[in-house]
Amino acid sequence: MWFFTEEEKDLQRLCKDFASKELAPFAEKHDHDESFNINAFKKMGELGVLGITADPEYGGAGMGAVAATLVMEEFGAACAGSTLSYLAHSILCVNNIQNNGSAEQKAKYLPKLITGEHIGCMGMSEPEYGSDAVGIQTKAVKNNDGSYTINGAKMWITNAQYADVAYVYTRTGSEKKNLSTFIVEKGTPGFSVGKPIHKMGMRSSPTGELIFENARVPATALVGKEGDSVYHMMKNLDIERITIAGISLGIAQACVNQCVKYAGERKQFGKHIGSFQMMQKMISEMATETEMMRSFLYTTAKRYDMGERGPSMAAMVKLALPKMATKIALDAIQLHGGYGYSREFPLERMMRDNKLNEIGAGTNEVMIMIIAKNLLGKAALE
Amino acid sequence: MNELQLELKNQLEKYRLQKIEPHMEHDDETEEFRMDIFNELGSLGFTGMTLPEAYGGMGLSYEDFSIALCEIAKSSVAYAVTISVSSMVQAILNEFGNETQKKTYLPALTSGEEIGAFCLSESGAGSDAASLVTTAKKTIVDGRSGYVLNGSKIWITSGGIAKTYIVMARTGGEGGKGVSAFIVRDGTPGFSYGKKEKKMGWKVSPTRELIFHNCFVPEENLLLTEGEGFKIAMAALEKGRFTIGAIAVGCAERALDEAVRYSLTRQQFKQPIFDFQGLQFMMADMATEIECSRLLVMQAANDYDNGTPNAKLACMAKLKATDTAMKVTTDAVQILGGVGYTKEYPVERFMRDAKVLQIVEGTNQIQRVVIARNLKKEYTTH
Repeated sequence: MWFFTEEEKDLQRLCKDFASKELAPFAEKHDHDESFNINAFKKMGELGVLGITADPEYGGAGMGAVAATLVMEEFGAACAGSTLSYLAHSILCVNNIQNNGSAEQKAKYLPKLITGEHIGCMGMSEPEYGSDAVGIQTKAVKNNDGSYTINGAKMWITNAQYADVAYVYTRTGSEKKNLSTFIVEKGTPGFSVGKPIHKMGMRSSPTGELIFENARVPATALVGKEGDSVYHMMKNLDIERITIAGISLGIAQACVNQCVKYAGERKQFGKHIGSFQMMQKMISEMATETEMMRSFLYTTAKRYDMGERGPSMAAMVKLALPKMATKIALDAIQLHGGYGYSREFPLERMMRDNKLNEIGAGTNEVMIMIIAKNLLGKAALE
Repeated sequence: MNELQLELKNQLEKYRLQKIEPHMEHDDETEEFRMDIFNELGSLGFTGMTLPEAYGGMGLSYEDFSIALCEIAKSSVAYAVTISVSSMVQAILNEFGNETQKKTYLPALTSGEEIGAFCLSESGAGSDAASLVTTAKKTIVDGRSGYVLNGSKIWITSGGIAKTYIVMARTGGEGGKGVSAFIVRDGTPGFSYGKKEKKMGWKVSPTRELIFHNCFVPEENLLLTEGEGFKIAMAALEKGRFTIGAIAVGCAERALDEAVRYSLTRQQFKQPIFDFQGLQFMMADMATEIECSRLLVMQAANDYDNGTPNAKLACMAKLKATDTAMKVTTDAVQILGGVGYTKEYPVERFMRDAKVLQIVEGTNQIQRVVIARNLKKEYTTH
C-alpha cells in the first residue's frame, strides 16, 4: 500500500522470508498431525514479532495495527493455523496486557512473552456464552485477604494447552456488566486445561478448554479494577478483528497466486486452461476481490493507527474479508479440480482454515448485529 | 414418493442410523472403509438397485435409486458414492456387455459382495478425458489374443477395494474415437495400485492411482468393439450426473437438519438463536434451494426412466444440487458457529464432502459447457 512506512515495508519483507522458510514447508504436516509448530513459534520471538504492538522497553516492536496486519497476511499465506496461534498470543494476550496491565504486570509478563519463552492465551468464550460474550458465568469471588477464587470453564481457547499465561474474563457481580479481568499463570492450583478440541481447520493451532476449580489468584492478578472487563474487551476487539482479517487476506492472495500459476501450466483440450474464458473470469474476479480486500483492510488498519475508533469500522472488515476469502478458496479448489481437492496442494487446507475466520473473534452474524445497531440505532434494538 | 419408495427410504434410514452413523466421525479421521457395511447394504438390496433381476438386481428405477442414494448420503456421502460408482459399472456392463460378460461379472456386483470402479481420468486428462494416453496394444500371447495395457489412471474411486474395473485405454488414433473400454480384474498381472490420495473429504472412500505395466487383458474383456470406449464412458457419466445430484441433496438435507435442530435449542441473548431473523432467512434459503435441487434431480431421473433422457436437465441437476450442497453445508457450519467447526458435530465433515461433488463426474464448469452447448443447439437447429 502507498502509505506503508519504510519500517513496515522492511517488516513485510522479513515476514515473507520467514514464512517461506519456517511456516510454509511444515504447514501440511502440522495440519495433518493436528500438531503445533512450536519451533516456528519460538523463532518468531527471535524475529521480533511476538510483541509487535508492545513497548520497546519490554522488548516489543512498538508498532501498530498496520504492522500487525502485515505479519498476519504474510504468515497467514503460508500457515494460517500457526498464524492464529500467533494472533492469540500477540494480540489477544500481549496487546491486552500492554494496553490494560499495570507497570508491574507488564514488567512481570511481557518480556518472556515477547522473547517466546512464554506462550499466552486469552479466555473469553464459554460453552454457553459465545456470541453473547457479556453473559459469561465464570465467577471470581474476592476473599478476605484480597485474593480471588475463580470457578468455571472457558471454551475454544486458542493456545490453551501451551499457554504459560492466560488473560481471563470473569464475573464478579450480579449486574450484567460486573466483569473483571485476571492474569492467571500456569501451575496455579485449581487451574487446568481440558481436552483438546478437534477441528475442521486451523488444526496446527491448538484449541482447548480452561478449567477453574477453586483456583486462587492473588490480588495482583486483577487487571485494572473490578468491573473493567467490558472496557478491556471493547478496547481490544477492533485490533483483533482487523488482524484476523489479515489472515484471510493472506489466504486469498495465496489462492490467487496458486491459480495464476496453475492456469499457465495445466493443459486440457490442447490448451492452457488459462485460455478458457470461464477460468479467466474466476481468476480475474478473485484477484479483483483480493485487491478490494487489501485496500479496505489496510485503510482501516491505518485509520485505527491514526486514532480513529468506531464500532462498525473493524466489524465491517471482519464481516467482509473472511467471507470473501472462503469464496475465493472454494473457487481456487474448483479451478484446480481433483488436484485442488487433494492434499498435494494447500488450497483445501486454506479453505478449511479460513472458515474459522467467519466464526472466531465474533461470527459474521455478530458483525451484522454490531453494524446494524450502529447504523439503525434504537430501531435495531426493538 | 410412492409406497415402495417410502418403504425403501424408511428401511435405509433405520439402517444408516444404526450401522453407519456411529462409525462416521471415527472412520473419517482414520480414513477407514468398512466392507461389512457395503456387504450389508448389498444384502438389503441397495448395491444393484437398477439392474435386472436376472443378474441379481432389484429391477428398480433410477428415481428409486436416487431416493436411496439421497438417504444414505445423510449419514455418509462416502458410502453413497461407493454405491453410485459401483452401480455405474453395473450399468455399463448391462448396457454394453455381452451375455458372457454380464453373467461373469454382474452377480458379485449386484449382490454387494464386490465393488466396481470406473477408470477414465489420467494426470493429464481430467475434464479433457478424450486426450487420455493409457494404451492398449492388440497382441497374441501364448496363442491367446488380447491387449497389453500400459499407462496409469488417477482419482479412481474405490481403487484398491474394487474387484472389477472398467478401464478406458487408447487402441487407435487421437481423440475419443481411438478409445476402447476394457474389463480388468483386481490381481491381473501387470495391474497394480499406486498412491492413495490424501483428500479434504470423502475420506472413507479410497481414491487411488492405478498402474498398468504390460498388463495383458484377454480379448473377451473388451466391451463392444474397438473405438467404442468413449461413447460408453459418456453414456455412463450421463447417469452419473443425477445420481451425484441425489447424493448432494442428501448431504445438504442433513446439514439443514443439523442447523435447524441446533438453532432451536441454542440460546444466546436469552432466546433461541432460531428467533433471529438473520438465521431464519439463511435457513429459509437453504430449504428452498434444497427443494429446487431435489425437484431437478427427480425430474432428470424420471426422464431417464421414461426413456427420454435429457442431457441438459441432467447437467443442470448436477450443477444446481452440488452448488447447493456446498452453500448449504457452509451455512450450516456458520449457524452452528464454534461447535460447527469442530468434529463434535458432523456439519464440517459434510462441508468437506460437499466440495468434491462440484468436481467429480464432470466439474461444474464442464456441466455449464454442456448446458450452453445444448442451448446453442436448440437455437440453431430450428
